[in-house]
Amino acid sequence: MNGDEACAEGAISAGCCFFAGYPITPATEIAERMSKRLPQVEGIFIQMEDEIASMNAVLGASWAGVKAMTATSGPGFSLMMENLGLGVMLETPCVLVDVQRAGPSTGLPTLVGQGDMMQARWGSHGSYEIIALVPSSPQEIFDLTITAFNLSEKYRVPVLIMSDEAVGHMSEKVVVRQVAPDDLVARKRPRVAPEKYQPYKPDKDLVPPMAIAGEGYHFHVTGLTHDERGYPEMTAEAQDRLVRRLSDKIRLNKRDIIKYEEVSTEDAQVIVCAYGITARIARRAVQQARDEGIRAGLLRPITIWPFPEERVRALAKQVKAFIVPEINYGQIVFEVERCAGSKAKTILVPNMGGAVHLPQTILEAIREAAK
Amino acid sequence: MGRVEIRIAGFGGQGIVLTGHIVGQAASIYDSGFATFTQSYGPESRGGSCTAEVVTSDEPIDYPYVQNPQVLIILSQEAYAKYVNSLPKGTLVVIDSDLVKPSPSHNPVPLSIPATRMAREMGRAVVANIIMLGFLAAVSDLFSTEALRKSILASVPEGTGDFNMKAFELGYDYGLKHRVRS
Amino acid sequence: MVTVTNKPIDSYLRVDRMPHIWCAGCGIGLATSCFIRGIERAGLDLDKIALVSGIGCTGRVAGYVKLDSFHTTHGRALPFATGLKLGNPELKVVVFSGDGDLAAIGGNHLIHSARRNIDITVICINNFNYGMTGGQMGPTTPLEARSTTSPYGNFEHPFNLPYLVAASGATYVARWTVLHLRQLERSIAEALAKPGFSFIEVLSPCPTVYGRMNKRARGLDEMHYYQEKSVIRNGADPKDTDISLDGPIVVGKFVDIKRPTLWDYRRQVLDRTLQKKKA
Repeated sequence: MNGDEACAEGAISAGCCFFAGYPITPATEIAERMSKRLPQVEGIFIQMEDEIASMNAVLGASWAGVKAMTATSGPGFSLMMENLGLGVMLETPCVLVDVQRAGPSTGLPTLVGQGDMMQARWGSHGSYEIIALVPSSPQEIFDLTITAFNLSEKYRVPVLIMSDEAVGHMSEKVVVRQVAPDDLVARKRPRVAPEKYQPYKPDKDLVPPMAIAGEGYHFHVTGLTHDERGYPEMTAEAQDRLVRRLSDKIRLNKRDIIKYEEVSTEDAQVIVCAYGITARIARRAVQQARDEGIRAGLLRPITIWPFPEERVRALAKQVKAFIVPEINYGQIVFEVERCAGSKAKTILVPNMGGAVHLPQTILEAIREAAK
Repeated sequence: MGRVEIRIAGFGGQGIVLTGHIVGQAASIYDSGFATFTQSYGPESRGGSCTAEVVTSDEPIDYPYVQNPQVLIILSQEAYAKYVNSLPKGTLVVIDSDLVKPSPSHNPVPLSIPATRMAREMGRAVVANIIMLGFLAAVSDLFSTEALRKSILASVPEGTGDFNMKAFELGYDYGLKHRVRS
Repeated sequence: MVTVTNKPIDSYLRVDRMPHIWCAGCGIGLATSCFIRGIERAGLDLDKIALVSGIGCTGRVAGYVKLDSFHTTHGRALPFATGLKLGNPELKVVVFSGDGDLAAIGGNHLIHSARRNIDITVICINNFNYGMTGGQMGPTTPLEARSTTSPYGNFEHPFNLPYLVAASGATYVARWTVLHLRQLERSIAEALAKPGFSFIEVLSPCPTVYGRMNKRARGLDEMHYYQEKSVIRNGADPKDTDISLDGPIVVGKFVDIKRPTLWDYRRQVLDRTLQKKKA
C-alpha cells in the first residue's frame, strides 16, 4: 500500500471518524481512501468546496466530539493556515496532513518537495507552538498518524503530518494494526457541573478539559483573545497569559512530544540531519561513508516541531559538522545551525525539488566535511 | 538475496503500474523480503510515458529508487531510447518484440517476447503484462515463481484469476524455450 | 450605556457579558431577541442547539447567547457549522452572521452549503456595509450608496441574497426587517423546524456608519424607511426582490420547498450501496 493509503488506514485505526478535504495531487489518495473507508466504520467523509472550508469543517467536527482529519498539499496547505490558527486558538484536537510537493505556487504538482517545513512552524499569523511529525515510509506514516491523533487529543492542538510526494506515492508493505483502546488518547473532559465549567481553565499540565457541543455546557469559544471563561478580553495582560499558555503547554512537554532516530552517532565526526524521504537517502550515504572508513552518523528528527534542539546541541559538542540535505533551498538547516552555534559547522545540501537527492551527493558532502 | 533493482517502462495503459505492484508485493508479502515500489508518469492518465520501479532486498530498503537496474523491462520505443543507454554490465533487458526495435548494436541482444500479441491471441490484450511476468519468472532466478503467482492472484480483478494464471504459464513456457539470448 | 433589568429572555443570554458592544439604534439586538423567541416558539432543547458566528458586528451574537456558541474566523462560520452538524447530526446548528461575512468572504461557502442542502439555519443580518471596520461598501451595498470605500457612491452591483441562496438550492428563504419582529420570530421558528438549508435575511439599521453616510443617521430613520417602503409579498419570486437605495423592499417568505437534505441523501445512497456489498 502506498503512503497516502497507509495514512488513511492509520487514521481509521486511531479512531478518526471525520474527514473533510479537497482534491489535490499528491494527497488525493488519502481523501479517496477515506471516502471509501469512513462509511464502512460509520464515519463521515465530506468533500468541501476548498481547503479553507475543509479545515473549518474539521474544527467543527472536533467540537462535535469526533476525531477529525484533513489532508492536502502545498497550495491547499497555504489556504488552511488561516484556520489552523483558529484551531490553535480554540485548542481544537485534529490532524492535518501535508503531502509536500515542490513549490512555490502550483510548482510541480506530481513531484516531491520539502518546502513547507517552515510554513508548518510559522504559517498562521501570531505567536504559537505547533506539533509536526515527519514520516519517511508508508509504515511510519501509518504509525505516526495514530501518534498524531494521540498528541492532538492530549495537548488540544492541531498536529501536522509533514509527508511528501515520495513517501505518499511509494508502495511498501504496511502492517495495519488494530490499536488497543488503552493506546488511544482521548481529550480530557470536564469534571465539573456545567454551571461551574470554564472552557479555558487549564489543569496543571496547562491543558484545559474540553466540553463538546450538545452536552448542556452552553460554553462559548472565540478566536479573539479570551479569558478562562472563553469570553473575549481585549487586554495586553490577557494576551500575555493566553499566548504564554498556548505555547508553554507544548514547550514544557517537549520531552514527551519529541522523537528522533539516530544511526551510528556515538562516535560520529559528521552527522547528517535529515527527515522524511531524504533521511532514507542519507541513511544510504552514511552507510557508504562508514564503508569508506569515515565516522558518519544520521540524526533523523521524527518530530520536527518542536525541533529536537537539545539533542542537536549535545551532538554539536562531539562532531565537526552537521550536513543537512533537504528538498528546498534551506529551511531546517537554519534550526540545526542555530543549535550547533559555533561548536560545529552546518552545511546545507539543497535540492530544489522534483526529485530526491542522489546518495552520492550526500556522500560527497560527508567526505568533504570529514576532511 | 541482496538489493535487486527492476525498472519497467512503457506508456500508460499497459499495466505497468500493476506489474510493478505485483513484483513488489510478491517479494515483500508472499516472500520474506522487503520491497519498495515507486512510479512516475506524465500528466496524462492514459498513453503518456509511464515507469515503475521496484527495489527488493532481504533488508529494509533505504534509497527507494532504481539507479543500476538488474532487470529492465521495456514496452515502448521511447522508453528504450530513454533507458537503454548507460546500463551497467549484466542488466537483463527484456523487450516486447512487437513494440520495441532494439538497436543493432545492442549487445548482448535483449531477450524478447511478443507479449502483447500473445495476449491479443488469448483474447484480452490487458494480460500482456502477466505474460511478461511469466516470461520474467522463467528467464531470471531473481524472483520466486510461487510468490509471483500468489501476488498476481491477489491483485487481479475477482473472477479473472484462472485466465491470468493461464497467461502467466504461457509467458513462463515461452521463457523456458527462449531463455538463451540469441 | 444600556441598562439591563431582568427580562424573560435573560435566561438565554450571557448577562454577565452585558452591556453588549452594539451601537444605539443598531438592529442586531432586536434580531437576537427574535431568534431567542423563535427558539422558544419552535420548542427546541437548548442543550442541542449550537450557534456559530463569523466576524463582524453580527459575529458577536455568538458571545451573548447562552448556548454552545462558536465565534469563528471571518467568513468561515458555515464550513465550521458543517463539520459540527455532520459530527453530531442531533445538533440543531444555527449560523448567525452578517452580510459581508456570509456573502463576500464567505460567499463560496454560502452557495455550497445551500447546494448541499445541509440541515443548517442561517440568520443573515444585512446592514448594507461593513459596520465593525467603520462602514466600507460590501456585497449588498446598493448602487449609488456611499461608504468609506465608495465615497462617490457605489458602482458595484449588489447581491440579492434571497435570489442567490434560492438559486443555490436552499429549501427555505425569507427576508424581513427588524421592524417586522413578529413575522421574523415566526419565520425563525419555521426555519429552525425546516429540514435542509434555511436562510433568513434580516435588514437592520447601521445608523453609526452606513446610515450616517446615507442620510439616515438615526436608527429611527432607517426604521421609518422600512415602514414606508416595505412590501410584504409571501411567495414572491426571489429574482424580483432586488433592493435599491431608497427603493421599495420586498419582504416575506419566498421559498419553502421540500428537497432531500445532505444527510437524508447520504443515508439513502449508503444504505443502498453498502448493504448491496454486504449481501
